[in-house]
Amino acid sequence: MDNKRPSSSYFQAVLAVAWKDLAAELRSRELLSAMLVFALLVILIFNFSLELDKEARENVTAGVLWTTFAFAGTLGLNRSMAVEKDRGCLDGLLLAPVDRSAIYFGKAISNLAFMLLVEIIVLPVYSILYTSVSTMRLFTPAFLGVTLLGSIGYVAVGTLLASMAVQSRTRDVMLPILLFPVIVPVLVASVQASRAILQALEMSEVMAWVNLLIVYDVIFIALAFMVFDYVVEE
Amino acid sequence: MSSQPRTLQILNFVSGLLLAAAAWMSLGYAPTERVMGAVQRVFYFHVATAWVGMLGFIVAAVAGVIFLVTGNLKWDKIGLAAVEISLAFFFIAIVLGSIWARPIWGTWWTWEPRLTTAAILEMVYLAYLLLRQGVEDPERRARFGAVYTLLGGISVPVTFVSIRLFRTIHPVVIMGGNPNAQGGFSMETSMLQTMLFCIFAFSVIFVTLFWHRLRLGDLAEKVEQLKLKLIQ
Repeated sequence: MDNKRPSSSYFQAVLAVAWKDLAAELRSRELLSAMLVFALLVILIFNFSLELDKEARENVTAGVLWTTFAFAGTLGLNRSMAVEKDRGCLDGLLLAPVDRSAIYFGKAISNLAFMLLVEIIVLPVYSILYTSVSTMRLFTPAFLGVTLLGSIGYVAVGTLLASMAVQSRTRDVMLPILLFPVIVPVLVASVQASRAILQALEMSEVMAWVNLLIVYDVIFIALAFMVFDYVVEE
Repeated sequence: MSSQPRTLQILNFVSGLLLAAAAWMSLGYAPTERVMGAVQRVFYFHVATAWVGMLGFIVAAVAGVIFLVTGNLKWDKIGLAAVEISLAFFFIAIVLGSIWARPIWGTWWTWEPRLTTAAILEMVYLAYLLLRQGVEDPERRARFGAVYTLLGGISVPVTFVSIRLFRTIHPVVIMGGNPNAQGGFSMETSMLQTMLFCIFAFSVIFVTLFWHRLRLGDLAEKVEQLKLKLIQ
């Protein structure tokens, strides 16, 4: 970190790491298909466990969707880091002459891309399976914006914790245990904002939660940027 | 190392005395609250244990930052000791709160901001202990622990704010009032004295336990080194 590199090479490194993941995924489609099938299964289970009839749907749609995203998200985060660890790719990445936070941002961007892809497919499927007045609002810019903000916060913390979890002995079970207690604000704010949008409440009710999401995103991206070095240090 | 230092021995004794005195003050000295009756006496230990719990978590977060900056493993031991003690005290605070809430709110538990945050706080530090268990290299374990206490230390207040946006029924006795709160009361002088004394007593008990836990950490490390020597 002593010798300053031009900033353009930093962004190139970030994009290179992200592109590496996306290209590998484009060829194998392992991760995305697993996340998608899992997400659809979670929705299926909710259908039986909550009896999503017309009235129930109006109230729980936001909660069901965010629970699904959170569960499918851990699957993706775990896998994307486990691949790096298993084949020794992480060591290779760490040897690269770039600032290590570039690796973090690259991984975070590819994880975010996977998560958004899953969400983009799950939302229409959900609205077809559970047609109602409120599910028509799943595709308003406000709802998609909240989904994006929530996903950013989730992935920002998730990528950092996943890189810790894969280095521990009990790595497969570690990530959700580490992630869920610290992600509560994101889930609360996302669910509340989504619900307010779906029930067509006033914009001021939504904005309080959106502000909270923005604050969370900024704080935790900055924090992850500062501490990622300590997580991958050998 | 083998025997306890003189100051610690004195602290042991003082802690025992203070605990007895705090119990007497909250059960005997403080007057019975007019509306809630005897169950209100739980309040003194509830506030004091919750205070010690918060204190330990703040110590842990600060120790985490200092460890990341200096890389001195001593700070990792301090952080771990603080988390372990606080976990126990915070649990006691939650249980005492439940005992009070059962007759006053009519329920053992409610998903109110403070209670929910307290539960999440416990989960965060349970996860911290699980994480430490899963990492063998002491230096890496310390780094991971420090990063996680830092994350937890920042996310827990945000969690509190996020849940606070709902309505709250937890009484705020010490600072200001909440018109929706159930079970609030105004304190008499002797009640205030009792509460402050309990907080003081538990702070001293915290210091004593903390010292013991740090010694235990040192001893455990010694055993570890001796084991390694035997293998070689």
